[in-house]
Amino acid sequence: MALPLLSLITFTPLAGSLVILFLPKQKVPLIRWVATAASLVTLALSILLVVRFSQTQTTMQFEEKALWIGSINVWYHLGVDGISVGLIFLTTLLGFLACLGSFGIQTRQKEYFFLYLLLCTGMLGTFLALDLVLFYVFWEIVLVPMFFLIGVWGGPRKEYAAIKFFLYTLAGSVFMLLAILALYFKSSPHTFSIPELTANAGLLPLAFQIPVFIGFYLAFAVKVPIFPFHTWLPDAHVEAPTPISVLLAGVLLKMGGYGFFRISFPVLRDAAHFFAMPLALLGTINIVYGALVAMAQTDFKKMVAYSSVSHMGFILLGLASMSSTGLNGALLQMFNHGIITGALFFLVGVLYDRAHTRDLNAFGGLGAKTPVYAGLLIFFSLASLGLPGLSGFVSEFLSLLGTYPVFKAVTMLSTVGLVLTAGYFLIMLQKILLGPLNPKWSNLADINRWELGTLVPLGILVLVVGIYPLSALQYQAAAITDLVQKVAGVAF
Amino acid sequence: MSPSQLTRLILPETVLLIFALAVLMGCLFIKSRHILGALTLTGILAAAACLPGLSQTAPGPYLGMLLNDAFGSFFKVTCLFISGIVVLISMGYRSLDERSIGEYYFLLLTGTLAMLLAVASNNLLMIYVALEMLSLICYFLAAFFKNDGYSSEGALKYFLFGALASGIMLYGISLVYGLFGTLDLSAIAAMLSLGQVNTAAAALILVLVLAGLAFKCGFAPFHMWVPDAYQGAPTAVAAFISVGPKAAGFAVLLRIFVSGFSALYIPWTNLIVIISVLTMTLGNVVALSQTNIKRMLGYSSIAQAGYILIGLAAASSLGTQSVLFYVFVYALMNLGAFGCVILVSNSIASDTIEDYAGLYKKDPVTAFLLTVFLLSLAGVPPLAGFLAKFLVFAAAIDSQLIWLAAAGAVNSVIAAFYYIKVIKFMYLHEPVPGPVLRKPPALQLALAITLTLVLAAGLLPHLFLNHI
Repeated sequence: MALPLLSLITFTPLAGSLVILFLPKQKVPLIRWVATAASLVTLALSILLVVRFSQTQTTMQFEEKALWIGSINVWYHLGVDGISVGLIFLTTLLGFLACLGSFGIQTRQKEYFFLYLLLCTGMLGTFLALDLVLFYVFWEIVLVPMFFLIGVWGGPRKEYAAIKFFLYTLAGSVFMLLAILALYFKSSPHTFSIPELTANAGLLPLAFQIPVFIGFYLAFAVKVPIFPFHTWLPDAHVEAPTPISVLLAGVLLKMGGYGFFRISFPVLRDAAHFFAMPLALLGTINIVYGALVAMAQTDFKKMVAYSSVSHMGFILLGLASMSSTGLNGALLQMFNHGIITGALFFLVGVLYDRAHTRDLNAFGGLGAKTPVYAGLLIFFSLASLGLPGLSGFVSEFLSLLGTYPVFKAVTMLSTVGLVLTAGYFLIMLQKILLGPLNPKWSNLADINRWELGTLVPLGILVLVVGIYPLSALQYQAAAITDLVQKVAGVAF
Repeated sequence: MSPSQLTRLILPETVLLIFALAVLMGCLFIKSRHILGALTLTGILAAAACLPGLSQTAPGPYLGMLLNDAFGSFFKVTCLFISGIVVLISMGYRSLDERSIGEYYFLLLTGTLAMLLAVASNNLLMIYVALEMLSLICYFLAAFFKNDGYSSEGALKYFLFGALASGIMLYGISLVYGLFGTLDLSAIAAMLSLGQVNTAAAALILVLVLAGLAFKCGFAPFHMWVPDAYQGAPTAVAAFISVGPKAAGFAVLLRIFVSGFSALYIPWTNLIVIISVLTMTLGNVVALSQTNIKRMLGYSSIAQAGYILIGLAAASSLGTQSVLFYVFVYALMNLGAFGCVILVSNSIASDTIEDYAGLYKKDPVTAFLLTVFLLSLAGVPPLAGFLAKFLVFAAAIDSQLIWLAAAGAVNSVIAAFYYIKVIKFMYLHEPVPGPVLRKPPALQLALAITLTLVLAAGLLPHLFLNHI
């Protein structure tokens, strides 16, 4: 069909940001309205994409291709398949909801929404790009707006967190650049196209694949984040304003996981097998270490940040298993984690807006004072710790199920992580909701309709995917089967 | 060749000379800096219009020493462009003394003339003369603030270092003559390829010649003069010195390696690699601790020269292409950055980075412009600087210089820190109240041009790459 759907999805936020650039900075409601409209249009377009998406086709859909830099064979190449369609929907949904959540920003709104929409374009482009240079450009485009968004509107240590985030991610990315160039020069004819490189991947020797895999790994490891490159995450998440934390945890982390699915595994297959055990081990470390550190936190937001680290470990486990079940679990975990942790950060924000503290020990007894908030907090905490019936359970279970035949000991260790996760979430719930009410909060208002509006769609998704997982899995099944074939994994 | 052909080929330089003399004599009568500046700009534009097209490429050198080829034409366009932007920037630079502005423009025009001669010459003697002329002019320009101690100090250091480097270079060139019997680069290449000359001796002599060039471009370990000269010189002059002699120096380097001592090119890549890594690392690491923005930009220029050297070390056609593209983009970015520094120093009369705090509030447009140029220098997509670095790394990896590319990548990250530091001060800190003076339109025009080109070269690079 004639409509360049993917380009529209990618560049509608950019168009919105350019419109905002020309609006006078005093007209805050107009700026907010334009931003919301842009993100809503993008969301609508992505829903259209999901509806028109063919679940059985394994090749790229809605492809758009145009020559960009001829002399080095770089193309403007966009496409979507089962691996990216869920992440696109996640990005546009969180982008819209966080935009609504951004109405609480009190200063420099024009710059905020300009950068916010620029960030959305970068994130969407990363998931849609099928040319390595285009992928890299969009990957890096995310850095600058994020730096400003954390650095200007963040918490007390915002500058430190912003610079740390920027330099860390840049450091990982430059190694990815070298790996991209290596792939380009090794291929004949020289190409940056991901589908072409995937098709010819059988020709790459293992000795070449290993350093290239490590190059890509460094970039993705910082983003996911994988221990020990995770130290930027607590600072960035805690200092960022609430809607930006939602996007950071909900989308940016997925860019790292997506990289494994799109580039590392299909193109560098033998290296993927070679590194399967280390990946599984690192996944377990993420899960257990992240859970233990989360348990020790007294800052609510930091606890959720470390829980992110922990949950991303399941993605690594699923990847390492190289089985269809495990990979399905990993990909679904990316989608689920985005929704659940996004909601959790929204909830943290609700509490922080009212109490201006995130100290877990300062709360207590809010279960009776703010019942609706309490209900939502319990709901999403249970989803996060993997209660069956909610979406978190499905993806974590699939990851573990896929990994168990391959790495028994590692899987058993990770299951301990599940118990720890339950531990810290229940401790958090007890500290905030149960016990005597701290008299300081006797006037705390319950969640209002606006905030409810940002949480209910996420809750519905959690419930639907939890009860009927096929609703999400059907989009990715064909692509995962294809990936397993490519990577010569186990069809289980 | 016929006199008319010769005239046609030498026309740009002649036009520049005529306009230079016109400005020098005109400043006796015309006191307005704007008219003099406009006159200078007309001269540059006229020279650019007179550039012989590629269809007029003569088969051999004219005047026995100058070549008219595509390579030279590219650099001539770049040098004229650089001068044009510097003139625009100077027109907006308030601190330049009205009384000697005529001499200033005269020096700029003759400097441009020297650059045009240097990039077109195929003969070592001509190269030396042109580069020396350029150096002398730069020494004068650096000392232009006659009553400022920093300016004199920087210029003196520049001069002493430069004199030493020129001496070494001249000694090397004289030895070349002794060894080869000729100073013509193509003849030297022929003799080397036929094996008529002792390669080891030629290599040793080449070191001496390169020492002079390394000084010109600011490679380590000949970089000592850069920060002091940039800090002391008037900012418009610092802009000129940071891009003009570097562009000319790289043109000469490429000519020497590609068409002169080409037999020595491949074995020499190791040395170029070492100098490149040294230059990048030194420039970036020392820049981290700078508090003066001109000094910081000076060290950043040293580091950028190191990145361009990566392309030179690649010793391939992709390498040469990447060097040309990077030189052009580097000129854009650096001129833009210095232009913004001038805009800010017009208002706050300070060059300390901390005084840039809160610029987003006082002067949002300048803050945005400076951010774009700094991010481009750092190599962030989708700006031109990223593509330049990309091409240079691509050339390195293509030539199997993986560790060099990795060193360049690590250096990019180190560099990002000090570029981000300035951006951080501008956007994340609160401003000290102070006046914001009206922006000179000439300067705004210069910045608009450089900004547009930086964005264009980043998003639509094929427009530029097709000419290389």
